Amino acid sequence: MGTYIFKRLLAMIPTLLGVAVLIFVLLRIVPGDVVEARYLAQGSQFVSQDLMNQERAKLGLDKPLWQQFTSWMGGLLRLDFGVSMWTGGEISEEIKLRFALSLQLAIMASTIATLLAIPLGILAAVKQDTWVDYAIRIFSIAGLATPSFWLGILMILTMLIVFKWIPPMMFTPFWVDPWLNLQQLIWPALAVGYRYSAVGTRMMRSAMLEVLREDYIRTARAKGLWIKLILSRHALKNAILPVLTIISLEFAFLLGGLVVTEQVFNLNGLGMLFVEAISRRDYTMTQALVMLVATVFLLVNFFVDIAYAWLDPRIRYR
Amino acid sequence: MPGSIPASATVDELAQAAQRPGGWLRQVLDFTRQRPLGAIGALIILFMVVLAAGAGWLAPYDPLETDYGAMLAAPSAGHWLGTDAYGRDVLSRIIYGSRTALMVGLGASLLGATLGSLIGVASAYFGGRIDLTVQRFMDVLFAFPVIILALAVVAVLGTGAGNVILAIAAPMVPRCARVVRASALAVREMPYVDAARASGFGHGRIILRHMMPNVMAPILIMATAFLGEAILLEASLSFLGLGVQEPTAAWGLMLRGAAVQFAESAPWMAIFPGLAISLGVFGFNLLGDSLRDALDPRLRTQ
Repeated sequence: MGTYIFKRLLAMIPTLLGVAVLIFVLLRIVPGDVVEARYLAQGSQFVSQDLMNQERAKLGLDKPLWQQFTSWMGGLLRLDFGVSMWTGGEISEEIKLRFALSLQLAIMASTIATLLAIPLGILAAVKQDTWVDYAIRIFSIAGLATPSFWLGILMILTMLIVFKWIPPMMFTPFWVDPWLNLQQLIWPALAVGYRYSAVGTRMMRSAMLEVLREDYIRTARAKGLWIKLILSRHALKNAILPVLTIISLEFAFLLGGLVVTEQVFNLNGLGMLFVEAISRRDYTMTQALVMLVATVFLLVNFFVDIAYAWLDPRIRYR
Repeated sequence: MPGSIPASATVDELAQAAQRPGGWLRQVLDFTRQRPLGAIGALIILFMVVLAAGAGWLAPYDPLETDYGAMLAAPSAGHWLGTDAYGRDVLSRIIYGSRTALMVGLGASLLGATLGSLIGVASAYFGGRIDLTVQRFMDVLFAFPVIILALAVVAVLGTGAGNVILAIAAPMVPRCARVVRASALAVREMPYVDAARASGFGHGRIILRHMMPNVMAPILIMATAFLGEAILLEASLSFLGLGVQEPTAAWGLMLRGAAVQFAESAPWMAIFPGLAISLGVFGFNLLGDSLRDALDPRLRTQ
């Protein structure tokens, strides 16, 4: 097991390197750079090339690409993301609060998704092809079809019109005031969690259907075991693994991919930061964000695999 | 897992379906009876196609026509779903918006599924070092959240419908490639592939003519699943202002800006376009789900 873990960790390095190269190249292909973007934002379009080049030199943008890349990589090895090209501030400082927000939202949304998916999926499988099954499937497919940002708009609208109340719009960290924090984050978490529960429900249903066909379930039934006991003891144990997998894999996407929902709820999370950074051509910030999200994704993948090998003795690790 | 559909079973399945007597009408009726949800989905899609095709006749107003005398007008006999901040008819913009949604959705999922499955099949066929390299590259693309990759591509290419199609197809390629490769690995071991190789056929011919048709089921499932997702992604990009641009009628675009700003006084601007997105995607998902159930023999009711 030890060597397996080590090998898997080692295998992450080339993927991360690939991600780094890809985003580095993509950003350099994007027309314009941070200096131009800043002058455009200030409304002064007629700035001498000399001045712009001076500023580029300050940011190290005049150096050859390979030098820019290696110095960035060198920083990453020391876990140093560098400074934002737009604000000049330390990236790790600027990301800190936004990361906390996105992480909390991702945790809340995945929890909601799991709590919805597992019971609904089981119910749909046990009652396959009855109206219960159809109702649950329609509920979950509708969740998949509804854009979370629109659901968010509807939520805010309902609260505004019916309850004359809107959730607080300023972010309060959980450790400062948990109540105020939850008042704000529960709505986006519900909107996103409902959407992501759909994938889990569907997975739970089909995994459960598959497991219910297995011989050992039939044996358990033939023995006259109580149906609830069969479900909880035999079937659930075997069906739950893929569901937890799919929900944990979504987790990394929830961390960086809630761009639109964040916009609707006025949350300054990682997704919004990414959109800002890319429109400002803030290379260092965009690169840092992409590396962060990709690393979390690979780590989650890694832990899922380890958990699999640990939980399921049939899976042999090499 | 969605990728582990035995290709042989599905081929038999399709062959059986083709041999069933009674013609296409009978088959449609059979499908409707066995999978009512799928039939509802197909009906919704049909409705959307009719709207898109007949937008010119069906829409009561020109979707771009502004009427400053009727800005933010509530739904009435004149404007069934009200008007927006420029006095444009919401219903007409929704009807024309179905064109954008279908065009981008179909374009992106076709492009994504075709490229992805070609890469997946070729990767499985060649195996060895090529397979390994391709898979590592797909892993890299896979590590980007869907919307982040799409946003990055939009940043490179710029906005507009054509570029949005490319941007939405990009994150679908690795997803499709991974699933299709898994099925193609099983197909590669089939005797007819050996036979084709022994006959001296070229790589391209074996991949396109012998392997692709036999992994059509997972490709079809992926493509229908992508369709709904592509429409959603288009709406998200447009909502951010990074997709289709004003004044084109697009559902996501209609939810942007004024719709949120005037949500309290003119909620119809925020409600109806979102409803259109949900309904359209819902239709594609219903059909996709039933298709998956129908093509995956393991999940059928006994």
